[in-house]
Amino acid sequence: MLSKGLKRKREEEEEEKESLAVDAWWLDPGHPAVAQASPAVASSSLFDLSVLKLHHSLRQSEPDLRHLVLVVNTLRRIQASMAPTAALPPVPNPPAAPSMDDNLLASSDAALSASMASLLEDLSQIEGLSQAPQPLADEGPPGRTIGGAPPGLGALDLLGPATGCLLDDGLEGLFEDIDTSMYDSELWAPASEGLKSGPEDGPAKEEAPELDEAELDYLMDVLVGTQALERPPGPGR
Amino acid sequence: MAGAGGGGCPAGGNDFQWCFSQVKGAIDEDVAEADIISTVEFNYSGDLLATGDKGGRVVIFQREQENKSRPHSRGEYNVYSTFQSHEPEFDYLKSLEIEEKINKIRWLPQQNAAHFLLSTNDKTIKLWKISERDKRAEGYNLKDEDGRLRDPFRITALRVPILKPMDLMVEASPRRIFANAHTYHINSISVNSDHETYLSADDLRINLWHLEITDRSFNIVDIKPANMEELTEVITAAEFHPHQCNVFVYSSSKGTIRLCDMRSSALCDRHSKFFEEPEDPSSRSFFSEIISSISDVKFSHSGRYMMTRDYLSVKVWDLNMESRPVETHQVHEYLRSKLCSLYENDCIFDKFECCWNGSDSAIMTGSYNNFFRMFDRNTRRDVTLEASRENSKPRASLKPRKVCTGGKRKKDEISVDSLDFNKKILHTAWHPVENIIAVAATNNLYIFQDKIN
Repeated sequence: MLSKGLKRKREEEEEEKESLAVDAWWLDPGHPAVAQASPAVASSSLFDLSVLKLHHSLRQSEPDLRHLVLVVNTLRRIQASMAPTAALPPVPNPPAAPSMDDNLLASSDAALSASMASLLEDLSQIEGLSQAPQPLADEGPPGRTIGGAPPGLGALDLLGPATGCLLDDGLEGLFEDIDTSMYDSELWAPASEGLKSGPEDGPAKEEAPELDEAELDYLMDVLVGTQALERPPGPGR
Repeated sequence: MAGAGGGGCPAGGNDFQWCFSQVKGAIDEDVAEADIISTVEFNYSGDLLATGDKGGRVVIFQREQENKSRPHSRGEYNVYSTFQSHEPEFDYLKSLEIEEKINKIRWLPQQNAAHFLLSTNDKTIKLWKISERDKRAEGYNLKDEDGRLRDPFRITALRVPILKPMDLMVEASPRRIFANAHTYHINSISVNSDHETYLSADDLRINLWHLEITDRSFNIVDIKPANMEELTEVITAAEFHPHQCNVFVYSSSKGTIRLCDMRSSALCDRHSKFFEEPEDPSSRSFFSEIISSISDVKFSHSGRYMMTRDYLSVKVWDLNMESRPVETHQVHEYLRSKLCSLYENDCIFDKFECCWNGSDSAIMTGSYNNFFRMFDRNTRRDVTLEASRENSKPRASLKPRKVCTGGKRKKDEISVDSLDFNKKILHTAWHPVENIIAVAATNNLYIFQDKIN
């Protein structure tokens, strides 16, 4: 889609100035005039923006991987700067900043990376499927269908700890709408066995390792001719 | 190093004097998405110029032979062939639409009368044969002139069909379709110097193909982590060395380039050389990684250097030195203070390409506001030019442009805040021998020539 950048109008100049000031701060981290509060505000607005971008990216049916990776890495940098005491290991809540009321923003780093990870994992699972055309459909039982971005999945769900994974039912849900009767057919396997079991009953029987001693003796006698056939050959195996 | 903006180009010396030659495409203000040009490429001789667009079409222009009776035409490019290369597709398994946008076109070296090129969208690469037909056979025995079959029993005499001239017809036919080898989006294709193989690269993998074989490809690079949660870097571009058929490079979203040698192992996950410039701590920001992401990598024609394009600069690397580039050229440094806004409107993710001239003495890349930048490596001079309809009078010289970065804006300068970020020049191409350049500005293709040519 075409860039959203537009020629700036006069009214937007003030916003422009504000963002310029913020940018200038980032370029000069040792700036003496920067109070403790303003970095948090600046970071948090960028954090919000990055989270929105992440949402938007994840909602695509096939996310642009480069865009996604760059946004996530940037988000991690911002989070790291907002929680200076902790290293990247998850902080339950980022340090409180005024705009953190929204549920969207109350996610922890762990939940964020978990949901992103699970969605990337889905991508790789989808890849696994597309490379394995065997009938997985016999797993059968209905579950949630996958499709593109699930229509009802709101932004909150994406960041929720457990619900980020589209495939938490495993692979079962994928093929519920495919007619699997062809794969369930009994014709194939038993038929091949049936064909095999015929010849096996006959002359090959004496080579079957499962024969017990009594049967062996009997067969030997038959072969030698000392004993007529008194009973029909038992079921093979 | 060369700074942003630049002075004019005095006549004489090594400086170019670029003049408008032609513009292709609709003048309409309302641009159809499908008409947006997504790739531009000259062939090996420069006689053919191919463009691909978002609608999956390829248009090939051919340079007219120089005509003594029209000395000013000086080899104009006119439409030679147009065809639909890729159609939109639907992947039923993943419920995804596959875009028909042509990501890259690469020509094969010409071996006979026909021309061959590779064109690719996100998932499928196609080999196209473009051939001319200017003769037609007449006088068949088994069919009439209008194609109806004759009854063989009615034929009493045989004749030899005669070839008669006809109006030139250029046909494009797909000769190979290389599909189902990429899970992620293809960003690059590159023909090998052996003229038998080529590589295709997506976000996480690079595959090697033989031009004759479509049902198999070899995976030569795979950076997909076992656990996708650990994914932090993707492949952004890849190219074969122009002379050494066993060497290729690929760039990443973290600003690194890896050179691989296919002789050392079948899977080139381990690089032979690793090129990365250490980060300048004074310019570190939240956006450092994004702006370091390499959007294009191109070997010089000599094969001794390679050039990379990141968001704000173009860097030239000597293949023998991995620690830092030998040249860095600032494309639009004035945007550094605007990164937050550019992040907001996603412009910071724009992928600009770059190109060398035939002698490797100059490099060119695009910018915003339909500006493009040219750097002369010998004189260290650079210039900013604009591709616009206003500058489109025949053989009119292009006037250098300057962006005002602060303070009082001089006449003819444009301030950073007035730049139009919708008008981006992402794709440019330089004729392999002469000083002719093709610049794609959204849906228009501009062709400029050097007056001193």
